[in-house]
Amino acid sequence: MNADTVIEAKGLTKTYGRATAVDHVSFSVGRGEIFGLLGPNGAGKTTTILMLLGLTDISAGEVSVLGFDPVRQPLSVKRRVGYMPDTVGFYDGLTAADNLRYTARLIGFNKPEREKRIADALAQVGLSEFAEKRVDTFSRGMRQRLGLAEILMKGAQIAILDEPTSGLDPHATTELLAIIRAFKSEGVSVLLSSHLLERVQSVCDRVALFSNGRIALMGSVADLGREVLGGGYVVDIEADGAGFADRLALIPGVSGVEKIGVGRLRLHADRDVRPEAAAEVVAMQGRLKYLGVQEPSLDAIYNRYFETRPDEELTMKEGARHAA
Amino acid sequence: MRREGSAFQGLGVVMLKELSDHLSSVRMRVLEWLVVLVALAALYGAIQQIKDTTAEDPFLFLRLFTTSRDPLPSFVSFISFLVPLMAIGLGFDSVNGEYNRRTLSRILAQPIYRDALLFGKFLAGLVTLAISLVTLWLIVVGLGLLLIGIPPGAEEIGRSFLFLLVTIIYAGVWLALALLFSILFRSAATAALVTLGIWLVITFIWPVLAGAVAQVIAPPDPRYMALGLQTPATVQAEQILARLSPSTLFAEVVVALLDPTTRSLGPIYLSQLQGAVLGAPLPLSESMLIAWPQTVGMIASAILLFVIGYVIFQRQEVRA
Repeated sequence: MNADTVIEAKGLTKTYGRATAVDHVSFSVGRGEIFGLLGPNGAGKTTTILMLLGLTDISAGEVSVLGFDPVRQPLSVKRRVGYMPDTVGFYDGLTAADNLRYTARLIGFNKPEREKRIADALAQVGLSEFAEKRVDTFSRGMRQRLGLAEILMKGAQIAILDEPTSGLDPHATTELLAIIRAFKSEGVSVLLSSHLLERVQSVCDRVALFSNGRIALMGSVADLGREVLGGGYVVDIEADGAGFADRLALIPGVSGVEKIGVGRLRLHADRDVRPEAAAEVVAMQGRLKYLGVQEPSLDAIYNRYFETRPDEELTMKEGARHAA
Repeated sequence: MRREGSAFQGLGVVMLKELSDHLSSVRMRVLEWLVVLVALAALYGAIQQIKDTTAEDPFLFLRLFTTSRDPLPSFVSFISFLVPLMAIGLGFDSVNGEYNRRTLSRILAQPIYRDALLFGKFLAGLVTLAISLVTLWLIVVGLGLLLIGIPPGAEEIGRSFLFLLVTIIYAGVWLALALLFSILFRSAATAALVTLGIWLVITFIWPVLAGAVAQVIAPPDPRYMALGLQTPATVQAEQILARLSPSTLFAEVVVALLDPTTRSLGPIYLSQLQGAVLGAPLPLSESMLIAWPQTVGMIASAILLFVIGYVIFQRQEVRA
């Protein structure tokens, strides 16, 4: 394990009786990286997370979290890793600060340190004015933020967030994702899981797409887009002027030009051709209004990937039946 | 390979938190008032009865606990009835409540073992019960002093104090049972109903049933029946079966401790009584000896119930 890897999983497997929840999953998370475990409900994301924390037994495979084995050294792992479960719960009868105080005492912070850390953490997630309010008055988004405050208060090196954005409105989601980005800037590695691909794709450096307990795809969103969607980059241009289409088609790497509206063109290319395209438009005295590369959408990748896969599996099964 | 660190790390924190939850909860306040009012009523009845009837008694003070006046039962019967209710009331939602509030996985992600959580919850419940029972005991002793006006002797205080300790152990048995069902059932309502159901069966139905079952296991001997006597084998079988219930054990211990003239908790033959001065009180140490097996039985059942719950809890999935 190299120095910059904080989580390393090799062949991680979890079986319940005869059912396999997680099937030989291998991945690693680097220091300061935001890694997304994405996939539909029941794909094995939460089980994987619980195995990383030593909260459920590992059936087979190896995990190392910050160099510790979660099965044998759970306390060392849990001291350094913050965890926010799916729909995090707090003691409703206690105030936000008291809830954090309980956790802080469990971790073992002494009183002055406890109070300072709690105040800082609540300020960071924007809950300072609610510190002495009972948690049963909190909205869902505030509870999630309190969950993040707990991780901040803990001073965790890794934050593991299970479905941090589920059930949140768009505004609360944006706030939450901003806090998660702040984790990264403080050098905290983040492992988050979600079934809402679009919402989290913007924060993840790398993602692993789960399907039926296996990692189907892993890499950065852009890489996956190229790998699965094939066509590489899609660049949209909006400019006043005429006759760009032919010139743009001549740029090396561009495989096609499509007219998508008045003065709007879409380029399909195997690399990012924005600089060349801009130069061409300007060279032809055109007025460039918009130039953007379309980020590949995780939803599109996911759907495309699983559109094709079931067929393959089906053909394989049929082949097997024929062979039999 | 051993797992690192102590299983009890965080135990004190969990215990204090649970204790403060218990002591400030509305549920606890209701239970406490119920117990105090009922106990006062029983005590009042006992004092009236003592004033009316008892002329001279070397253990007048202990009569406070055991004397009843119609229609009220004695203090001891009230306690043996209410203590299980309190214990179940405190324990029935301790673990499944954490699931339902979705706090369990968050708490277990802190650097503690599950052991600490479970031990902490049990101890907090036990301490809460102990606080209430000690308070109750002090009220009874104080009122007894005021209203009867005769100071209790050292032995009487000793006996009533041992009664207090045994009552706390008895509460522990029911707390362990409630904790076990709070681990087994995710729904707090189910856990509460099942625990209360078991309490009803064990306390009220089992003693009756034990007699019937004993008749089947060891049928009465017609020769004894002809003489109008009970068959020893049947009586023994009935006693063994009845003692499976902690309520029976508690009742027996209470009799041995609070009534110094109790010489045996089982059947005795006439030959064993030869030379005995009937009605003469036993010293405290002898009474303790009589009550000891039952006390150990209660401690053992509390430990057994707790261990079963502990093993299940260790294996349980934390996800809700």
